[in-house]
Amino acid sequence: MKTVRRLDHGTVTYGVLAVLLLTAYPPNRLTAQDSTVDRGVRIGITYRPGVRPGLVILPVTAGALDSVRTIVARDLDYSDRYEVITLPGGDSLDPGPAGTPTGHTATRLAGLNYSLYQALGADFAVQFRASADSVVLLLHDVTAGAVRRSFAARLPAPGDPGYRMAVHRLTDLVIQASLGAAGTSATRILFVKDKHVWSVDQDGANLKLVSSATKEALSPAWSADGRKVAYMEFNEGHGQINLLDLATGKRSVVYGSTGKYSDFTPAFAPDGKTITFSRATEEGTDLWSVNFRDACCLQRLTVGRFSDNLSPTYSPDGRRIAFVSTRPGLAQIYVMGADGTDQQLFAPFDYGVSGSSNAPDWSPDGLSVAFHRDVGGTLQVFVLDARKATVKQLTSLGRNEDPTWAPDSRHLAFVSDRAGYRQLWIIDLETGRIRPLLQQSGERLPAWSPRLPEAASATP
Amino acid sequence: MTRLQSLALAALTTAIAVAACGKKPDTTPTPAVTPDTAGAGAKRVADSIAAAQADSLAKARALADSIARAAAADSAAAAARAGDEVRSMLAAMIHFEFNKAEIQGTDQTLLDQKIAILQKNPGLRIQVAGNCDERGSQEYNLALGNRRANAAKQYLVTHGIDAGRIETVSNGEERPLDPGHTEDAWAKNRRDEFSILAGVNALVKP
Repeated sequence: MKTVRRLDHGTVTYGVLAVLLLTAYPPNRLTAQDSTVDRGVRIGITYRPGVRPGLVILPVTAGALDSVRTIVARDLDYSDRYEVITLPGGDSLDPGPAGTPTGHTATRLAGLNYSLYQALGADFAVQFRASADSVVLLLHDVTAGAVRRSFAARLPAPGDPGYRMAVHRLTDLVIQASLGAAGTSATRILFVKDKHVWSVDQDGANLKLVSSATKEALSPAWSADGRKVAYMEFNEGHGQINLLDLATGKRSVVYGSTGKYSDFTPAFAPDGKTITFSRATEEGTDLWSVNFRDACCLQRLTVGRFSDNLSPTYSPDGRRIAFVSTRPGLAQIYVMGADGTDQQLFAPFDYGVSGSSNAPDWSPDGLSVAFHRDVGGTLQVFVLDARKATVKQLTSLGRNEDPTWAPDSRHLAFVSDRAGYRQLWIIDLETGRIRPLLQQSGERLPAWSPRLPEAASATP
Repeated sequence: MTRLQSLALAALTTAIAVAACGKKPDTTPTPAVTPDTAGAGAKRVADSIAAAQADSLAKARALADSIARAAAADSAAAAARAGDEVRSMLAAMIHFEFNKAEIQGTDQTLLDQKIAILQKNPGLRIQVAGNCDERGSQEYNLALGNRRANAAKQYLVTHGIDAGRIETVSNGEERPLDPGHTEDAWAKNRRDEFSILAGVNALVKP
């Protein structure tokens, strides 16, 4: 704490700080990661290696726990909230059976050699035990030399559709108990590939087809409670907004989306009953909202005449909608009340200089809107500060587009061709760490889920 | 076509005329030399004349029929050729500049041809599909494709075509003609496609 306070004052020499950091954290903390800060990403928050708490994930003895450990370890790494420490000698290090008198008795509680892990720079240790029909996860506080929390989970059998999500939930319990923060392990990302909507867990596993196998689909969106998915489907050339109930698997066409016009880019309001979407008619494209739950109240929100209005995204309080409008001559990010009143420019741009801006996504904490903008003939991801109305360019390497926020408002998934072909990437804005979501190409239009409720986890 | 018809008509007329001439002796028989032999001879002559007449009439009819059939087949082929021509004129695509939905001057001739066809064929209904290249934003391109389709529709409607005969759809960037990533490919892909929804039969060339 002392070093942090001194850093804030900004007067203490950085040499002293560096010495303190080096003393406190052995070098293997910094080499424990397999991903790097990407040179094509600019982030506003200074990357401060070493300030994240260190965490060791202990090897398991029972083979059945292997896959649980693997999934949790990857989730904790992907959370970007810990320095996940590789044990010297890898997983072969034996934590030692409980009660073996090899160290100071105070550090041997629960069978862990706390002083060893402390020397490695660990603040936390995660340990798995099998007990009858459930898995017990122990979260050790290394500094305190004690178990902070233990969680017993009755997991579905590996291979069961709900298995991985149940393990992801276990990870989020660890994040909550260790840092007091809500994790994003139990989330999924929808995206479009080969003209269909797919779903994948945030760790890149569990790939599943969501939209119909026969019709072309685009623009997936999540309901705020994570129980429903909406997407656009081409029906004889005309887009229609489709709704999928994840618990029942029931599909329906949203009320008012008749197929007479082209409807696309659906967005759920947080109220659980309203969807706003774009409708292309002879007059151009405009935003409409409809109460899909009660099948009523189709309402036009914008009157574009000679401009297009599309790609709505709700503020988390449901009061405002950010959207794309071509009214300044090229597409830019606008904002209005959820009832269509008070429409105004949201993301500032320079006339004649800034390129068109598209695909806004309002962060779950309400503070930012991510979007992409044409910069010199290619697209880059930008982040708008919703209160200060300032924009910051986030990416610069390759073409980067269609950003979508994780529920923690610090991770973004987006499409990038930085590795040579278009694929989905995930970036952590706090640390600048970046990783591809899937090792395949052709994914577009990602939509990150909220934290998923238990009932909706089995499907899709 | 008309020449063939008139030829057939002429052949038929000649045949009838011949038959009529040949019939004359039958109706006004020459006075008999001897009633018996003269009568028998006259009947033989009359029979042979009648047979010849019937034969020539049948031949003439057959000729006329075959000529008429040929003419009909010829006109069907011609109609089909005309239909193909009309269809290909109707399907001719128009193209757009990057991120634009304005009809280009060079494409107005193509649209004018479509107007003439639609005017000549009142039963015809068409669909205009707007398409974009891959460079813009995927969802924005649905709106841009819609504007492109409606730009063509607007042109047709302002030139007197009933709006109800033209349906518009937008494919965005989802249906590239050329999958390449070059300026040439993009230029090909920024287009309106025209297809026939109804009234495809018996297309008349304007």
